[in-house]
Amino acid sequence: MAREQEHACSVPRGGGWRPGARWAREDELGQVALPPVARQPAKHEIGRRDEAAANPFRAMPPDDGGRPAFLPELAREGPSRSKLGEESAPRITSTRNGSRIEIAAACPQAQALGLRPGMALAQARAQVVGLDIRPADPEGDRAHLASLAMALARRWTPTVAIEGDDTLFLDLTGVAHLHGGEARMTARLRRMLARLGYSARIAVADTPGAAWALAHFASHRPPGEGRGPESHAVSRLALDPGFRRGDGLVVAPGRHGPALAPLPVAALRVEATAIELLDRLGVKTIGQLAAMPRAPLVRRFGAALAARLEQASGRLPEPLHPVVPPDPIAIAQRFAEPISTADAIAHWLGTLVPRLVAALAEQGLGASRVELVAERVDGVPQRIRIGLARPSRDGVHLLRLLLRRIEQIEPGYGIDALTLHVRRALPLGPEPFTERLDEEAAPDIATLVDTLATRIGLDAMWRNRPVESDVPERSVARMDVLDPPERGGVRPRIDAVGQLVRSAALHPWHSEWPKPARLLRRPERLDHVIAELPDHAPRRFTWRGQPHRIVRADGPERIHGEWWKHVAEAAYVRDYFRVEDDAGRRYWLFRRGDGEHVETGDLSWYLHGVFG
Amino acid sequence: MADPAVLSQLREQLRAMETQGFRRRPSLPFGLGAIDSRLADGGLRLDALHEVAGGTSDMADDCAATLFLAGIAARAWGPVLWVVRRRDLFAPGVAQVGISHKRLIYAEAADDSELLAIMEEGLRHRGLGAVIGEAKRADMTATRRLQLAAEGGRTIALLLKRPAREGSDPIGMPSAAVTRWRVTSAPSTPLPVEGVGRPRWRLALARQKGGEGFEIEVEACDATGRCALPSAVADRKAVAGGSANRHAA
Repeated sequence: MAREQEHACSVPRGGGWRPGARWAREDELGQVALPPVARQPAKHEIGRRDEAAANPFRAMPPDDGGRPAFLPELAREGPSRSKLGEESAPRITSTRNGSRIEIAAACPQAQALGLRPGMALAQARAQVVGLDIRPADPEGDRAHLASLAMALARRWTPTVAIEGDDTLFLDLTGVAHLHGGEARMTARLRRMLARLGYSARIAVADTPGAAWALAHFASHRPPGEGRGPESHAVSRLALDPGFRRGDGLVVAPGRHGPALAPLPVAALRVEATAIELLDRLGVKTIGQLAAMPRAPLVRRFGAALAARLEQASGRLPEPLHPVVPPDPIAIAQRFAEPISTADAIAHWLGTLVPRLVAALAEQGLGASRVELVAERVDGVPQRIRIGLARPSRDGVHLLRLLLRRIEQIEPGYGIDALTLHVRRALPLGPEPFTERLDEEAAPDIATLVDTLATRIGLDAMWRNRPVESDVPERSVARMDVLDPPERGGVRPRIDAVGQLVRSAALHPWHSEWPKPARLLRRPERLDHVIAELPDHAPRRFTWRGQPHRIVRADGPERIHGEWWKHVAEAAYVRDYFRVEDDAGRRYWLFRRGDGEHVETGDLSWYLHGVFG
Repeated sequence: MADPAVLSQLREQLRAMETQGFRRRPSLPFGLGAIDSRLADGGLRLDALHEVAGGTSDMADDCAATLFLAGIAARAWGPVLWVVRRRDLFAPGVAQVGISHKRLIYAEAADDSELLAIMEEGLRHRGLGAVIGEAKRADMTATRRLQLAAEGGRTIALLLKRPAREGSDPIGMPSAAVTRWRVTSAPSTPLPVEGVGRPRWRLALARQKGGEGFEIEVEACDATGRCALPSAVADRKAVAGGSANRHAA
């Protein structure tokens, strides 16, 4: 009880608090006395608070109603969170369900505070202060799951199927012994997933249905009798990247019936209405359900429930739809006699590239990275990599890029084989015609970009982009050559305040104010400047040792420091002048400071640009 | 003086021999009679190399030459590839002579030979309206390569030549360029009030194929890349006979 009071009172201990003074200081105390992350649980949660704080990764109770969704973002940051300990706020993701915004998933820390998926976000905010709320990204989660499935199919077992939003089925038949048995494979798999930042619940059972049920609903304490013989006829493993830690659950062959019996009916992947009805009828567990006669069950609930039950117990088959990893495209040509001349390499490239293009066209792909491997007699492969700015299967273009690099191959004693590998490919469908037939199609710059990139690299090519800034150095930014050109911008809403101004937005580069053709990398200090204060252009100055006498001048154009970006610039002022000397040379000068206030600058003069 | 009809006929024959009978020679006129009438093609040939240099090694003249080139490229038809040696071009200033930032692609070359190679790639691509380079050394072979790459296409090749050494004349070297220009900044157009008027340049056509060189003073490029004749030339008071004509009219 004492502890409870201690938590309920938000005043720091020994902070000079007196009982009578609380009303007077409540506000500021309310601000300073909260814990740094404001993990303020509700009153009824206070008893659990210490438990929750002990370990942010504390396992949640297995029968914890809410099924943890698959959350790569959350899971990936697990390790850093464990280092930070309690410093990080509980994290949840939010999703919109109709008009209601609710929790999509919650990290273990948040679950320990009583937040459940499906809870209204407003309630969660009221319950826990300082929540870290992020928008849910179901598409991203599914993409992560698919890429994980692809990786598992390449490395662990040939048959991997995606089930729902958060589960993977791995068919272990004939595979487990390669990884040291089922138990060891489970542990390895878990370690591999932990390295990738996922936490997972793993169960091994004879049927997919049983594995699914055990992974989602069983309590994952190491089963006493679970370590059976390691050669199963059919054993499948359901992988649920959830939040459980600890070793996987391995059910011995033929023992999945008893293992399933105590699990709730929801573990059978049946509709919610059926579960609710069964619940009302008093059927809570799979064991009770399995004991019932099938015929009335089918008449009452339809065939789906019985089918799921039989599939879980193994009396009905449940085929998987495995993901198929795409085969990488590689076109090889071996030679009876080693070749060593550039002409021969060029000739064989001329035959390889059309085959590569045909293989790409068959799969509807365009190559964006291609590697040519020339295998030498002495076993030192020569590699040439070309990159394409846009995916392409234009044989002429690819061949031109490859031929240009032939001179980088050192043939040595001769080349045994040439292989073209597609290192990265993207879908490339049919391209639409240009919208208008009466004007010429815009030329495609991508081929030029590829050609130049093989010579000077993509970093040495750029376009300029206007930036809204009056400081000349900051008014230009670089962008990629092949950035899609922006289209008109975002259309403002009909009731937006900006709609009241009918005129078009000003271009960031004011076309009316003359700007120099070249800008010095950094402004150069001028010597021997004679100028009238506060706002006259100089009469004469010396730049790079050469004196200039000013005949005409325009200015000043006053540019203030961008205090909204850098506080240090708050008082900073540049006065720009466009001046012309007696020989007709035009320069862009500026003076630091406005000539009246000392804090705006030291009145030194600089040359910043030269006009044409 | 030879008969101009015969001369032009001879020119046609020569051209037919030089370019395997390819006749259509689109050119880019300045829109100023005083210049176009004195250029052999009635303007700058689109499928050819043109060299421009600053009149002196001063940076102001270099910038004048830069803007002269930019103005020509702005009046060409498509995207522009600008091969630079250093990154000191100020994009808002270049945009003020009519090259929108969406049209302009920059490439940075490490040395002159790489610069010329990039220019050649750009010319052979045929999808660009203009290719601009800034080189110090470009000898007869290099410029001939550029000229050959430009022929048959519609991409105008523009080379900004800088003096290789202090005091050397960049235009004086032998070159295969069709026209070679020298641009010097001149005092701007006087205004009735304080301030800097429209800039002026002294344009000198040092050499051209099939024509004579000349010098002229023009007003610098406007927002569409067009030069203008100074009012003292274009709108001058008719000294002799002009007033009489006006009176008569």
